[in-house]
Amino acid sequence: MMKKLNYRLVIFTLAAIFGIVFTIPSFINKDPKINLGLDLQGGMYLVLGVKGEEAVKSKIKTTASTIKYITDKKELFIDNLKTGKNSIKFELIDKDDQTKLDDELKNIKGIQVKKVPNKDSVEYTLFLTPQEVLKTKDDALNQAIQTIRSRLDAFGLAEPTVTKQGKDKILVELPGIKTPKEQHSVQQLISTSAHLELYAVDEEHKALTQKDAEKYADVLLSDKNNPQRKYLLKTPPVLDGSMITNATVGFTQKTNQPAIFFTLNSQGAQIFGDFTGKNVGKRLAIVVDNKVYSAPVIQERIGGGSGQITVGSPEEAHVLAIALRSGSLPAPVVLLEKRSVGASLGADSIRQSMIALITGFVIVVLFMAWYYGLSGIVADIALIVNLFLIIAIMAIFGATLTLPGMAGIVLTVGMAVDANVIINERIRELIKEGKSIKAAIEGGYANAMSAILDANITTLIAAIALFAYGTGTIKGFAVTMAIGIMASMLTAILGTHGIWEYLLASGKKITLKSFGMKA
Amino acid sequence: MELFRDNKIYDLMSKRNMFVSVSLILIVFSLFSIFTKGFNWGIDFAGGVEVQVKFDKKADIAEIRKLISTKFKGASITTFGNADEVLIRLNVQNASTNVQNDIGHQIEQVLKPLGKTDIRRVDIVGSKVGNELKEKGFEAFIFSIIGILIYVAFRFEWRFAVASVLALFHDTIISLGAVSFFHVEVNLDVLAAILTLMGYSLNDTIVVFDRIREQVRDSKIRDLALLINEAVSKTLSRTVLTSLTTFFVVLTLYLFGGEIIKPFSFTLLVGIIVGTYSSIFIASPLLIWLGFKIDDYRKRLAEKEKKKKEKEKMRQMYQGGVV
Repeated sequence: MMKKLNYRLVIFTLAAIFGIVFTIPSFINKDPKINLGLDLQGGMYLVLGVKGEEAVKSKIKTTASTIKYITDKKELFIDNLKTGKNSIKFELIDKDDQTKLDDELKNIKGIQVKKVPNKDSVEYTLFLTPQEVLKTKDDALNQAIQTIRSRLDAFGLAEPTVTKQGKDKILVELPGIKTPKEQHSVQQLISTSAHLELYAVDEEHKALTQKDAEKYADVLLSDKNNPQRKYLLKTPPVLDGSMITNATVGFTQKTNQPAIFFTLNSQGAQIFGDFTGKNVGKRLAIVVDNKVYSAPVIQERIGGGSGQITVGSPEEAHVLAIALRSGSLPAPVVLLEKRSVGASLGADSIRQSMIALITGFVIVVLFMAWYYGLSGIVADIALIVNLFLIIAIMAIFGATLTLPGMAGIVLTVGMAVDANVIINERIRELIKEGKSIKAAIEGGYANAMSAILDANITTLIAAIALFAYGTGTIKGFAVTMAIGIMASMLTAILGTHGIWEYLLASGKKITLKSFGMKA
Repeated sequence: MELFRDNKIYDLMSKRNMFVSVSLILIVFSLFSIFTKGFNWGIDFAGGVEVQVKFDKKADIAEIRKLISTKFKGASITTFGNADEVLIRLNVQNASTNVQNDIGHQIEQVLKPLGKTDIRRVDIVGSKVGNELKEKGFEAFIFSIIGILIYVAFRFEWRFAVASVLALFHDTIISLGAVSFFHVEVNLDVLAAILTLMGYSLNDTIVVFDRIREQVRDSKIRDLALLINEAVSKTLSRTVLTSLTTFFVVLTLYLFGGEIIKPFSFTLLVGIIVGTYSSIFIASPLLIWLGFKIDDYRKRLAEKEKKKKEKEKMRQMYQGGVV
């Protein structure tokens, strides 16, 4: 028995065992198993763009807040603090404070300072350096990814993936989502900026338009529930959400309305305490994503750094609390691409492609056996092992099977027998030339080799191109095709060769009929 | 079973002008269709919105159209596979970038009066993404052409590389022509199909070229046309058989694989026929026109062999300690 074995058959048998063992988990749903792509199992795929320039704008706004805070604290009097697209302008009232102010400004990183002296005062213009602008945009993207990831985790979704795509895009894949309603709340959760700001209400001026508001260095924002109702608010804001450490959902004591209770960090608590202490009797507006949620009158100094926001419904409170907790999006996101597949469609796709796969497989197997006789059956054995190997290798590498990937497997079935067709034709040729069966088999494999190798390598080149430039499901197609080609070299060349060697060594009678030829 | 029993050598090369004329006519026809009719770009490339909706009864297209038109202009509504399933397509202007309230939700709201609906698929592609995908697809095509050129030139010689790449252009143009003529939607899958059939058709061409190379090396034939006739005839049964198995398989995919995969399998079906044709009738005559010289190639092969032997000799001498 041992004598009849040959290394080719041993390798092929091991490959077959390997293929079968690692194929089973995919069918009984245990690891390692093939991941089904979103198009087969249902789910949602989003490509989001990050508006980096908005992050730059808000960086400008935060810097302005810092300047206001510093100058207040150091008792440097400034006036006409205004923010532009990429600049901050203000006037230092007392010329003699210049050096003091300049020292303070040195502590703020990433800005350039331009000064124009007037008679008594000095006009300051601050810009972000180009490096700082780039860095802000890049940070915005990375932070957005982090934020979206932690929001989705907190929401309790199965296996969400959030990754960077290209320079300014985010790819979100959510296999768990199946109904439009789920999609809706998740999209809400992802895209809410959750930008919390606390503003002082300007009680002295009146403005009807945004332009009027700008005259007083104010901003006009509308009420969340009643867009007609507008508030005139002093810029820059007193505080923003970056200082929030926690946010929980609860109900207000007096009115039993759903609300979010937030806690500020120590710096935030100090600013909040100072501000409320100085402004008792005035109104404080709580603004989320440029909408005024409420504007209560400050009754007394609020120490301890906590506050509350009343919200319409408990669901809204839930989404907003998660969003506030996981931090705000540094810049708004826009939808560039969305692909969502319902579970029922995914199941249909699996069923249909399985039918195609099985039908195609059966046709090829029967055809080979009919046309080539025993040698066709040998090729069929290789084809079956090839299928197992594709599934096993994909399972081990955790590759994703997509609908085009399924098509790729179907196609591989057609192309995998090609090597055997080439070999068998070569063997027939040699037999016709009058060679013995044994010599014909050896010669057939030798002659066919260069054609099979060259042919497979060129196909592999096309598969690599597809993988390198394809996106999403197409990548899945390229992967299955590449794996299929490589597996077919092992099964169709080495495997069938081993089987023949075994048959020859065991003294089986091999005739012309074994190659589908008439005797 | 044997399709080609008598080792007949077909005289194909004497009719090469006819074969190439057929191809040229097809190419002109394809280009004409591509430039006048253009492509039915799917949303993958053009951008836009596609919503696939399943109803629990036969879909009333007129009613759906009426409801949709209250909110969206220029929607196209067609049945998709079955009578109870429809595909609603909107142009790119409607591919709103608002993440919170995308078009899928809006369409669901609009269709509410029709009773129970199952929104099976929502695809939204912004115009920016579509253009990027077009560029990437083109890059993939160029990248694989270059890779193939280099590999074939390295394994054979440059005329083989040029001939096989020209055959690839032939296959691609005619397949795209069919896609354009039959108004098949061009989506990402079609791009994958084009690249696959390139690999596939090249596979066929390489097998023939491998035979030509072998004949150049082993036979005494000095006439290129005769030599090609031999090589093509000897590989004919293989070419036809492999094409048949692959064709059957793709046909099952086309018939049973479902509506979504149809553009993919259609392109492949055409591609397999065209690719097989070009491997047999087009790629080899190109070698003649490109001025391939058997004698030169034999000389080169002989030199290569000589160099290899010399190297071997040197190595042996070196190992023997003579040098």
